[in-house]
Amino acid sequence: MAKQRDEGYSRRDFMRLAGLGGVVFASNLPGFSLAAGQDDFFFVQLSDTHWGFEGPPNPDAKGTLKKAVAAVNALERQPDFIMFTGDLTHTTDSPVERRKRLAEFKDIVADIKVKTVRFMPGEHDASLDNGKAFQEFFGPTHYTFEHKGVHFIVLDNVSDPRASIGDEQLAWLAADLQKQPAEAPIVVFTHRPLFDLYPQWDWATRDGAKAVELLMPHKNVVVFYGHIHQEHHQMTGHIAHHAAKGLMFPLPEAGKAPTRTPLPWNPAEPYKGLGFRGIDTGSRTAATTLTEFPVIKA
Amino acid sequence: MTRFKTALCACASASLLALATLGVYVSAQSAEPKEKVIRITAKRFNYTPGEVTLKKGVPVILEFRSEDILMGFTLPDFNVREDIVPGKVTRLRLTPDKTGSFVFLCDVFCGSGHEEMNGRLVVTD
Repeated sequence: MAKQRDEGYSRRDFMRLAGLGGVVFASNLPGFSLAAGQDDFFFVQLSDTHWGFEGPPNPDAKGTLKKAVAAVNALERQPDFIMFTGDLTHTTDSPVERRKRLAEFKDIVADIKVKTVRFMPGEHDASLDNGKAFQEFFGPTHYTFEHKGVHFIVLDNVSDPRASIGDEQLAWLAADLQKQPAEAPIVVFTHRPLFDLYPQWDWATRDGAKAVELLMPHKNVVVFYGHIHQEHHQMTGHIAHHAAKGLMFPLPEAGKAPTRTPLPWNPAEPYKGLGFRGIDTGSRTAATTLTEFPVIKA
Repeated sequence: MTRFKTALCACASASLLALATLGVYVSAQSAEPKEKVIRITAKRFNYTPGEVTLKKGVPVILEFRSEDILMGFTLPDFNVREDIVPGKVTRLRLTPDKTGSFVFLCDVFCGSGHEEMNGRLVVTD
């Protein structure tokens, strides 16, 4: 179970990422152990950039993503790779405008110095055309990759506007997991939560429980997702699920407001709610310590 | 069996079959919903009406139509949902078993106003 703290490992790096997502140290993921001579590594999760959004919740809508890119580039220790967990763009009915936004987003993040940048769609990118435009720019919407002994799985729960993973992808997931030893460290990325966080606000995946059921036999699984524009942590059995803050506007806590309307921009506290998280255990157990930082220090 | 008896039997069987058929038909007719039908129209990005008031324990039929694209209707507190397909009438039988005010919403992403597409079900005693 994660615990919170305000200071910790590589705090300077965390601070440089203020407001820009999460920093994940792989040696601190459950089940991960470093091979002899193998360096620790970390990666950065950015989420819900909503490029194309305009409105009072973020007067710096055209500047926030660029600031994020600059801040990532300014990290003293560069991450091994970067993961964008969906809603790269804000939805539009126009296929032309959708592609324009995806292209602009891609141009902006091309300035990231880190060579490996991975993407997955959110419902704003993919649900109106079943992921067609997204795939034109970024390739498959679900895939796996390996990095220094960790198996990463990217699940698409948005290309179906019904918020389903679908039987075909679930079968693909089952086949992939069958190849993984029970002790293997596995990191899953999704856009929506796989569990019913708050269905009253559509914060759920219709068949997410089936994916969790497939993951349950594996002892060392962590899920990172976006969608809810705020930090959130929940366990389903031994599996930890961590939501990242967004980079356009924060949303209220589940059920704490009449609707899921973006929280208003506060000029006295700009970028409030667009914070970041560091994850660190300092050990090789399933325990993790999460470090959360505001965009602007009090 | 004589031809007459055979014909009589055949006639009786046909009559019984007809009665049986009629019985099934009558039964089917009597099984037609007597519940009050509440028509709800879904159109990006709202439901009309946006608030529905029901009595606890009284069954109703919610009847949905979409005026544009595929929509959803979900009522999480009652664990029910339906797709609302354009050109089709979707019916959902519901007997509220608790009082209160409950949100219903579209759970099929339908565009820029999807997050605001919701309504309220009020259940009274």
